[in-house]
Amino acid sequence: MSDIVLETRNLKRSFGAFLATNDVSLKVERGARHALIGPNGAGKTTLINLLTGVLPPSEGQVFLEGEDITSLASFRRVKRGLTRTFQINQLFNDFTPLETVALAIAERQGIGHNLWTSIAGYGAVVDEAAALLARFGLASVMGERSVILPYGKQRLLEIALAFASRPRVLLLDEPAAGVPEDERHEVLAIVSDLPSDVTVLLIEHDMDLVFSFANRISVLVAGALFTEGTVAEISADPRVKAVYLGENA
Amino acid sequence: MSVLPQEATMVATSSPTAAASRAAKLMKRRSRVRFYEIIVWLAAIAAFFVLPSKMLILTEIAILALFAVSLDLVLGFAGIVSLGHTAFFGLGAYIAGLVALHYVAEPVVGLLAAGIGAGLLGFITSFLILRGSDLTRLMTTLGIGLMMAEMANQMAWLTGGADGLSGFSLGPILGMFEFDLFGKTGYVYCLVVLFVGTMLMRRLAFSPFGLSLKAIKANPMRAGMIAIPARKRIVTVYTIAAVFAGMAGALLAQTTSFVSPDVLAFHRSADVLLVLTIGGTGYLYGGIFGAVLFTLVKDWLSIVTPQYWMFYIGLILVVLVLVGRDRLARWIEYLPEHLSKSKEEGR
Repeated sequence: MSDIVLETRNLKRSFGAFLATNDVSLKVERGARHALIGPNGAGKTTLINLLTGVLPPSEGQVFLEGEDITSLASFRRVKRGLTRTFQINQLFNDFTPLETVALAIAERQGIGHNLWTSIAGYGAVVDEAAALLARFGLASVMGERSVILPYGKQRLLEIALAFASRPRVLLLDEPAAGVPEDERHEVLAIVSDLPSDVTVLLIEHDMDLVFSFANRISVLVAGALFTEGTVAEISADPRVKAVYLGENA
Repeated sequence: MSVLPQEATMVATSSPTAAASRAAKLMKRRSRVRFYEIIVWLAAIAAFFVLPSKMLILTEIAILALFAVSLDLVLGFAGIVSLGHTAFFGLGAYIAGLVALHYVAEPVVGLLAAGIGAGLLGFITSFLILRGSDLTRLMTTLGIGLMMAEMANQMAWLTGGADGLSGFSLGPILGMFEFDLFGKTGYVYCLVVLFVGTMLMRRLAFSPFGLSLKAIKANPMRAGMIAIPARKRIVTVYTIAAVFAGMAGALLAQTTSFVSPDVLAFHRSADVLLVLTIGGTGYLYGGIFGAVLFTLVKDWLSIVTPQYWMFYIGLILVVLVLVGRDRLARWIEYLPEHLSKSKEEGR
């Protein structure tokens, strides 16, 4: 019996008459490098939003480690080890990268409710934040306001912020989108260096990246699961090609 | 690659240990005492000696400042707009008045009782502002403020109704400092409470809790995604802000020996928002700067144009908002560097 970490059962989400997620039953195994691909508007980001509690589903359930988390708020899912990055950066504009990451670490360690001690008093939090920023090549800009950073740096911060929560299941929504070519390999190296017990669900348009990174691929078309298989199966599947070529034609 | 291609920065961050020490330094710098903070408190103390005939207006400023600083916790940190903050101020005033009238003449007891009572009301009503947009929050807080005002008006057996509470006098503070005719003791009392309150809120501002509030304000969706329990944090900060607003109300009741239904009037909620608009939000001292300016301008206008001063207050408000609320909220950043930045900063 395989070890399923994240699972959806008959997940549906409609926006008015439009069915963005149509009866998706997805299983992600522990430690998997699972990619979710599909043409634009296939409902990939909506699915991630349903998994992380940003949106409530219209129908269906989400399970994390076998427990029903469908009605849990986002922050509770993060506490249970499920977090994500966003396709469009979601940062705290006036925060410095140091403040941003230190806050996430503080929350992970359960000291976010402390209203007496200055963050500077938590040496371990600050050290860990500095180490994480150094690893993402953000050490030189750790004291600048996030909003004035170059886009590539913001993108790296976006991902570093998800890492700060030390997730066991990490959902990456097009992590490399918009990252300049010379910084792209940094992002990809960090993602592929993740400990093997961290489960990754990756949304990506770049097929080279998907085929080199993933060991399992699900294809989403018009909100529904179209097919699923290993990299070899999907890359050889003429129907998948048709879906993509059909979009490009 | 870096935005700041200064050699020093690059060298300083080339190794992980260097990054850690730089991070520790930056974090310490965040909460360092700013130059203007020292100036504010020195000026407040100097005023006691230099302006012996102005104790009443100075007291008024200190009370309004504490009220405004407490609103800044809610507005400037958690990003919650309120048009009913005076519900807590008014409740605190009535509690302090009732305590003095029926139980204890010593003011600090009344002050603490007012803080606790207002904090309880804040805790209960905080659940009503958890959901919804700015507009629903404005309306909810406005509604609570109106309800409190009407309750005070109708419960005449307790509150004195439209006549208010009077006929009580306060004993010496802590049994030692008698209130005097010129209001000197009153001013020092209010200033000490303002100072202690501001220092407590300042600690909160630089704590992980304070930072998490600003994260909730800046991007609630992402705040959830780094495991911040937003609702819990909002309940907590709203309760704390209510405590200090209640204490501000208590100070007014105690220094004037009178509680009029006006303490719950809508215009007080509006005034305190205006104070924060003038002084800026999100750094606490905006409440103090705003209270000084607002009170002085109001006082001056009511002397120069006793008939039309409200007109000019309105005009000032319109101009302020048109010039740009955001720019105003950051006016402190336009000060010369050495005034706004921390005192012993290296760079």
